[in-house]
Amino acid sequence: MIELQNVAYSYGGGELFNDISLKLAPGSFHFLTGPSGVGKSTFLKLCYMELAATSGQVRVFGADASQMTRDDIARNRRRIGVVHQDCKFLDHLPLAANVALPLTVAGRDASAEAANLTELLNWVGLSQHTDALPPQLSGGERQRAALARAVIMSPDVILADEPTGNVDWEMSQRLLSLLVELNRMGKTIMVATHDLALIRAAKAQVGARVLRIQNQSVQLAGADL
Amino acid sequence: MNQAIVALRALFVGDVHADRVVPPTGYTAWLTLFVSGAMAFLAVFALALSLATGRLADRWSSELARSSTLRISAPSGQMAAQTQAALEVLRTTPGVASARALDEAEQRALLEPWFGPDLPVDSLPIPQLIEVIEDNDGFDAEGLRQRLAGEAPGAVLDDHTRWRTPLVKAADRLRLLGVISIILIAATTAAMITLAANAALAANLQVIRVLRLVGARDVYIARAFVRRFTLRALVGAGVGTVLAMIAVAILPDAQAAGGFLTGLGFQGVHWLLPLLIPPLAAIVSFWATRTAALRTLGGMT
Repeated sequence: MIELQNVAYSYGGGELFNDISLKLAPGSFHFLTGPSGVGKSTFLKLCYMELAATSGQVRVFGADASQMTRDDIARNRRRIGVVHQDCKFLDHLPLAANVALPLTVAGRDASAEAANLTELLNWVGLSQHTDALPPQLSGGERQRAALARAVIMSPDVILADEPTGNVDWEMSQRLLSLLVELNRMGKTIMVATHDLALIRAAKAQVGARVLRIQNQSVQLAGADL
Repeated sequence: MNQAIVALRALFVGDVHADRVVPPTGYTAWLTLFVSGAMAFLAVFALALSLATGRLADRWSSELARSSTLRISAPSGQMAAQTQAALEVLRTTPGVASARALDEAEQRALLEPWFGPDLPVDSLPIPQLIEVIEDNDGFDAEGLRQRLAGEAPGAVLDDHTRWRTPLVKAADRLRLLGVISIILIAATTAAMITLAANAALAANLQVIRVLRLVGARDVYIARAFVRRFTLRALVGAGVGTVLAMIAVAILPDAQAAGGFLTGLGFQGVHWLLPLLIPPLAAIVSFWATRTAALRTLGGMT
C-alpha cells in the first residue's frame, strides 16, 4: 500500500528522519508512537503526500510519489482516508456536507449516495447532528465526523493523527473500536498516538504492530507494551 | 469542441455543491461587480470616442478630397478670358466631374462673415473662384497645375491637401488614443480582478487546503473561484455597458453647433459593438482568476 525506502526528511532546522524503510502491508494495523514533537504528524504527511521526502522514495499504491503530478496526488488521496489532528472541516458547511466532501470534490453525486452517508453517520453516532456546523460540535463529535469523512470514499488506507487527542477515555474507546472494525473489513490502518493505554486496549482486540519514532528513525517496538 | 461546450456549461450552469465549498464572500463580490461595471462604462465611452473620431477622419478626408478650389487672380481686363480658359482646361481634364465659377452673390456670401454684408465687392480686386468637384477617381493635381500655368497663368489650384492633412492626422491620433484607452481599461480590469481574486484566495486558504487534502484536483478548486469572478464581471460589465449606452443615446444633439462633438455616439451597426464589452470582460476575468488560482494552488501540496 504505502512503502518508504531509505526515506529522509529534513526541514530548515535540521534532520527529522534519516534512512527510514517501511512497508504498510494491506490489511495491517499499525500504531505510530513517540513523544510529541518527534515527527509523528510529519511521518503521516509523508504518507499522504502533503510533504515530499528530502531523499529516498515514498511509494504510494506502487507509484513513486515524487513522480506524481498534482492531479495524480489528488486521485491517490481519494484512496487514503486521513483523520487529521485538528479535523480540518469547512466551517461554513453543515456536518453532512463536510462528511460528504470527498465525494463532492471527486465529482460524485453526493445525493445519490445519501443512503451511504446516513448509514455512515449512524455508525459514528452523529445522525442527530447532520445539520450542525462543525464549530457547534464537541471535540469527540468532531473526531468521529472526521473519521466518517475519512472512510466515505471507502479508501484502502486510513491514516489517523492523534484521533483521540482531545476526547475522553470512553470516546477514545469508541473511536478505537470503529478503527478496529474498519481493519476487520480489510482496511490498512495507521494511527499516530502518544496514548499508550489506547495501544494496550487495541492490542487486546487486534493484531496491531507498534512503530516507535526514535533517533530520527522508525523502529518496531518490542512486546513491552 | 464538445469538451469546450461541457466546460462552458459547467461554468454557467455550475455545480451547486462545488459552489458551496467556498464560503460566500460579501463585499469583495460587490467590489468586483462595481469595478467591472465602472470599467465597462468607461470602455463604452472610449469606444464611442474612437468610432466618432474615425468617422470624422473619414468624412474630412473624403468630403474635402472630393472638392478643390481654383483661384484666379488677374488684371480685371483678363479676368473673364482667363476664367473661360481655366474652365475649358478643367472640362477636358480626366477626373473632374464638374467645374463651376462662383457668381458674385456666392462670393459675397463667402466674404460676408469676414467683412460684413455691405462690402462693395465690385470695387475690390477680388479673385474669381472656381469650384471643382472630382469624380471617384480624382484628378492628377500636378498635371492640372502645369496645364493651367500655360492656359491661365493667374490660376492657383488649391486641392485642400495642405490643411486637410493635419486635421485628418489629429482625428486619427484621437482614434488611436481611444483604442489605447480601451486596451488600458481591459488591462486595468484584469489587474483589479487579479487583486480581488488573490484576496479571495488568501481569505480562503484554509478551505483550499482542506479541499486539496480530501482529494480535490486543482481545476476543481480553481473553478469555484473562476466561476464566481467570471459571472460577476459579466453581470457588472453588462450593467455598466447598458448604462453607458443609454448615456450615449441621450447625449444632446450638437448638430447645430457643429464641430467635433457632433458625431460622438454610435451609428447604425456600431450600436452592436459595445455589446461585446461584457463577454470580453468575462473572458478577461476568467483568465485573470484562473491564473491567480492556479498560481496559488501551485504553492501548496
